[in-house]
Amino acid sequence: MTSIILLSIFGILNLFVGFMKSKKVLMPVVLLFLAVALGATMFDWNQPQSYFSNMLSTDNFSVGFTAVMVLSTLFILPFSRSYVVAENSNLAEYYSLLLFALVGGIMMVSYENLLILFVGIEIMSISMYIIAGSDKRNILSNEASMKYFLMGSFFTGIILFGIALLYGATGAFYLTDIAAAATRMDPATSPLLLMGLLLVLIGVTFKIGAAPFHFWTPDVYEGTPTVFTSYMSTVVKTAGIAAFYKLMSAAFGGVYDQWFPTVVAITVLTLLIGNIGAVAQTSMKRMLAYSSISHAGYLMIALTSFNDRSENALLFYSLAYAIATIAAFGILKYVGDARGSDDYTAFNGLGKTNPLLAFVMTVAMLSLAGIPLTGGFFGKLFLFSAALEQGMIWLIIVAVLMSAVGIYYYFRVIIAMYMRDAEGERIAVDPLATFTLISLVVLTVLMGVVPGLFSNLL
Amino acid sequence: MLTALIILWPALAALLVLLVKGDGARKIAFGAALVELVLGVWAWINFVPNASTQFLLNEPWIANAGIMFKVGIDGISLLMVLLTVFLVPLIILSTAKHRYEKPSSFYALILFMQTGLLGVFTALDAFVFYFFWEVALIPIYFIAGMWGGENRVRVTFKFFIYTVFGSLFMLAAFVYLYFQTPGTHSSEEVAFYQLVLDAGTQSWLFWFLFIAFAIKMPVFPFHTWQPDTYTTAPAAGTMLLSGIMLKMGIYGALRWLLPVVPLGVSQWANVVLVLAIIGIIYGAIIAIRQQDMKRLVAFSSISHVGLIAAGLFTLNHHGLQGAMIQMLSHGVNVVGMFFIIDIIQSRTGTREIAAMGGITQNTPFLSVTFLVLLLGTVALPLTNGFVGEFLLLMGVYQYNAWMGAVAGLTIILGAVYMLRMFQRVMFGEKNEITQGFTDLTFNEKAVLVPLVVMVFWIGLHPNTFLTISEPAVLKLLDVIKR
Repeated sequence: MTSIILLSIFGILNLFVGFMKSKKVLMPVVLLFLAVALGATMFDWNQPQSYFSNMLSTDNFSVGFTAVMVLSTLFILPFSRSYVVAENSNLAEYYSLLLFALVGGIMMVSYENLLILFVGIEIMSISMYIIAGSDKRNILSNEASMKYFLMGSFFTGIILFGIALLYGATGAFYLTDIAAAATRMDPATSPLLLMGLLLVLIGVTFKIGAAPFHFWTPDVYEGTPTVFTSYMSTVVKTAGIAAFYKLMSAAFGGVYDQWFPTVVAITVLTLLIGNIGAVAQTSMKRMLAYSSISHAGYLMIALTSFNDRSENALLFYSLAYAIATIAAFGILKYVGDARGSDDYTAFNGLGKTNPLLAFVMTVAMLSLAGIPLTGGFFGKLFLFSAALEQGMIWLIIVAVLMSAVGIYYYFRVIIAMYMRDAEGERIAVDPLATFTLISLVVLTVLMGVVPGLFSNLL
Repeated sequence: MLTALIILWPALAALLVLLVKGDGARKIAFGAALVELVLGVWAWINFVPNASTQFLLNEPWIANAGIMFKVGIDGISLLMVLLTVFLVPLIILSTAKHRYEKPSSFYALILFMQTGLLGVFTALDAFVFYFFWEVALIPIYFIAGMWGGENRVRVTFKFFIYTVFGSLFMLAAFVYLYFQTPGTHSSEEVAFYQLVLDAGTQSWLFWFLFIAFAIKMPVFPFHTWQPDTYTTAPAAGTMLLSGIMLKMGIYGALRWLLPVVPLGVSQWANVVLVLAIIGIIYGAIIAIRQQDMKRLVAFSSISHVGLIAAGLFTLNHHGLQGAMIQMLSHGVNVVGMFFIIDIIQSRTGTREIAAMGGITQNTPFLSVTFLVLLLGTVALPLTNGFVGEFLLLMGVYQYNAWMGAVAGLTIILGAVYMLRMFQRVMFGEKNEITQGFTDLTFNEKAVLVPLVVMVFWIGLHPNTFLTISEPAVLKLLDVIKR
């Protein structure tokens, strides 16, 4: 709760800081804000509390995911340096929007009431619609913003409709009350409940970019400026999947049988479309968009069971995925800016011109592909183990086969960097971004070598 | 602690090597590998020859899931550790005349791979084993992909996808087995050995595990990545792949397949033996037709590994001990052969058998070492190959006399392709390509002499090594026959 208040205030304060002539001060200020918010979040660790007549509560689950989101934002910001250099006149607004989106995200992981979930989704989404169009002279960015806004608001409407139907069926907005009502009534004779559940489910799967509601992802990701794409595919996705997990476990855990086949079907479809779609891409950015779809699929595997094992696995995976994705997008930003293209070919020979960037990218790709020595491997291992404990053997076989497909497209970048001839100059990277990249690698490897440190937090 | 030091030292040294530019990288890497050799020998000296696992390190790794970082050395592990620490310095030394681009990365990757290999050979927890299994794969992918010959991108990528695909099945099997263990679950080797699973479960688990090991060895029909990868990789990479990495597959089967799913093994042993024996004959026949020396040795390796695999699945004492000693012999011989091919290629610029001839006339030293290693490979008595192949064939014969008879053809066919190659390359008239062929340099001698010594040591006194693994192998047989 403190982090929600702090970040809201910081977001407004930051707008005033933006009136200053020099834009140089903005990034340090926002980094400081985020660090304070992260610290404030950690104070709630092991101190569960509820606010607003229990509409919102902080427990270790919400603190854990809030920390992942704030940390991700901290890691993303240094890559926005080119805006500072360019003296972008709207920089303060961009940063404030990120902070506001973060507030929405925190509400999405700590809600106890569906209205808070809705408000959280709206706060986050509206900030992201604007952010997607922030490169306003670029037609792709405009397209991204328009698409995201139209489809996003449509699906927000569906969620709201679903919430209304759930209220009609159960007479409640609170997760616990819905759970009690849902187990009391026979779901098969209550189409209102099932319809409401289905509509909310569809809305949330849209927000995390799961198939078949994924069509916006590649276009929006491609058009959005890379720094903000990185925010979309990490913070927004983490908030979405945590909200999804909380919704299903707290409100609909009792009527598991009703929605479970649907969720498994969505998971399998997401894995197939994400991975096979990524194979066909020639643009690194679009590949990462499809990869984020596929990771939504892996994350949804956590929904096969609701216990400590799956909660921890979800947190571990979210963190591992977020830091690897931030590193990948961060390097993509530098390479894309320097070589004027987001294609794989832009990475040719990066191993010779920029050994550090190439190395970080390699670690990030290995992590996303789930190869040992990186956090991504243990993330997959924990998630798959949680599902196997429930006997979901076929689901895991699909997931394992799709991981093997994943290796194919992640390694195309590695091959381009190390096994193709260089076509370009050395790319200059500022010290703060270099430091961030090194921290990301250290964290990824740490998660891959001593996973015990991160695997039992909740 | 000693085990942890043995595993970690090469990785630490690799970081050090990364900081060094130019030629110094090779020297430091060689020094580090020698230190590692001393550590390995130190473990050998302090090893008490019984069936127990020694130098045990058992630390919580993922504490809440009951997964321990458990490593230790028993007789079987010790032989593999010794093989690794013996071969890696020689492999580093063998690259002396190559001027690789980015030498520090190259040698760091070799050392890093050594960490992976040693981890595989000492792991006593399934997830630790899997972890190192993949850690060993990443460096060799880059070694082969960045410093290899033509088509390297396509070939090494096929190799990588192929092996990862196989190992994912192994991982799935490990996770399944992990959940079968009682209580809060454990993935330790002993916990897996105590599992009682019904025959139907063991049957599919067998294939999940076997496919990973079969691809790594490789056993026919999972071998299609091997000839291209061996041919394309730089000489040092080929030596690492064939000399040590291939043994990961055999060792894995010995440690994580046979004792874990014994019922599955007895159910499928016949099929595996038939596949292995097809591989023996198939590899040999294709080797006879090869024009490229490196490819010839690659196919001969399929043939030899087929025999080791066959011996392994006979599940008798001779077969397993034969497999152990033959792993050492094959490692020594195949590294020697690939090095000699590398020497010939670097002097003549080609590996075509038809282009050579008359090399013996200028090169007494090379001729003798080449011949010794070659005779070791064709299993002439008094050489290392004889001991291993004799035990293996005896094991297969005990299992099934007909299979033993067919597998025995390997000795005849092996002699055909090896001696044919030797004759065409080394004897005959000199031509313009082999005209100025010079004998071994000091560096080359330093690589080949230890290998030749090992050929005779294992050939004349195999008991030095057989006694190390004997108690552990007997214990393993007890577990398998439980």
